[in-house]
Amino acid sequence: MPTEKVALIDYGAGNLHSVHNALKAVGASVEVTADPNVVRAADRIVLPGVGSFKACAEGLKSISGMVEAMTERVHVGGAPFLGICVGMQLLATQGLEHGITPGLGWIPGEVHLIEPSDPAIKIPHMGWNDVALMPHARDHFVVEEGEAYFLHSYHFSVDDPHHVAAMTDHGEGLVAAVAKDNILGVQYHPEKSQAYGLETLARFLTWNPS
Amino acid sequence: MTVRIRVIPCLDVADGRVVKGVNFVDLKDAGDPVEQARAYDAAGADELCFLDISASHEGRGTLLDMVRRTAQVCFMPLTVGGGVRSVEDARELLLAGADKVAINSAAVARPELVREIAEKFGSQCVVASVDARRVILPVGEAVPQWEIFTHGGRKPTGINAVDYAKQVAALGAGELLVTSMDGDGTQAGYDLELTRTIADAVSVPVIASGGVGTLDHLVDGVSKGHASAVLAASIFHFGTHTISEAHEALRAAGLPARGV
Repeated sequence: MPTEKVALIDYGAGNLHSVHNALKAVGASVEVTADPNVVRAADRIVLPGVGSFKACAEGLKSISGMVEAMTERVHVGGAPFLGICVGMQLLATQGLEHGITPGLGWIPGEVHLIEPSDPAIKIPHMGWNDVALMPHARDHFVVEEGEAYFLHSYHFSVDDPHHVAAMTDHGEGLVAAVAKDNILGVQYHPEKSQAYGLETLARFLTWNPS
Repeated sequence: MTVRIRVIPCLDVADGRVVKGVNFVDLKDAGDPVEQARAYDAAGADELCFLDISASHEGRGTLLDMVRRTAQVCFMPLTVGGGVRSVEDARELLLAGADKVAINSAAVARPELVREIAEKFGSQCVVASVDARRVILPVGEAVPQWEIFTHGGRKPTGINAVDYAKQVAALGAGELLVTSMDGDGTQAGYDLELTRTIADAVSVPVIASGGVGTLDHLVDGVSKGHASAVLAASIFHFGTHTISEAHEALRAAGLPARGV
């Protein structure tokens, strides 16, 4: 297999090293980078993220030229993109954690607090839960049915149901994965989801969205 | 289904070695935390917890190295506790590969530490330990009370455990590790009243801990203690039960658990 370069974007996200370890474990050639030129030359792009939407969005935007490089490589160049947890949420139009913060706006929608009507439902949504594919996403190459590890208090409310690839259930339906062309985002942590998660990452490495 | 009840084996470590004798699978080196972690990862544990019980602060480098090596081969959530006294301590553990840090005595001494770490790295990575003992009450006193103890259950603080639990949850802890210091090591079961009182008083998940001797104890921790996760040490380490047996016992009791 030709060695493709995966750019793993380093903008201070806490799960950077875990994602790096997991990508290496499935054989990826990873470059951890904060350099927009490396992103422009990458074959695939992975955006990690934990913590608050605001802190992550500000961290990403503080790297001069990074959002532009990502946008160019993904929207013009067609490079497969994977956002994980807050890295997925950043695809939204805006986040409502600690005030309104604009996201990348690649997948229209908003990120807001999970507010269960049943007080017995615990927040954060923490632990293993279903990844249930939407009927229109049954044949998605990367996301498969299974159990994955979730850890979040905010969720991505997606405007267009066609952009939702998978759902999970925590007192209410929550978006587990979003997909649009060569853009994929997962709310759960594949890097922390044992065999299921590693297989997801391995498929991402061979994904050729047309 | 809904989110699964988490089954969490907990390894006590000191100076980079597993402290309690552990012998549940054939390991080349049963004292090596990384090998233990790898075995639990393969066994399908839902998370793993390392508690560093080194008396001194000098072994931090060894602990960080152990966490780093574990994170390279284990693809499951890892909580590390013991000796976290500052935002910097938390940062080092998270950078080494811990997903969550458990904060114990330092938060009892200064609860604001919980807020500082949560603001810096997010609530999802802050586990506040609630180590409590039951208060011996005068005859006729109906409502049970618990007191926070530090230093492995030796040092009383005079702090009401339920009030403390509510305080650290409000300060931004993403979950609470509630350990009955009376039950710890007895294998007589969790203090279910303690677990339930706290779980019902906070909106974040509670991990039941201290005293597991049977699979029924794990089930009770959830059904009667209202915990979202169950932590145990010896029943797994000594091979009395496997992680899958724990999952099966939970499912048999009608609770959501992994591995259907």
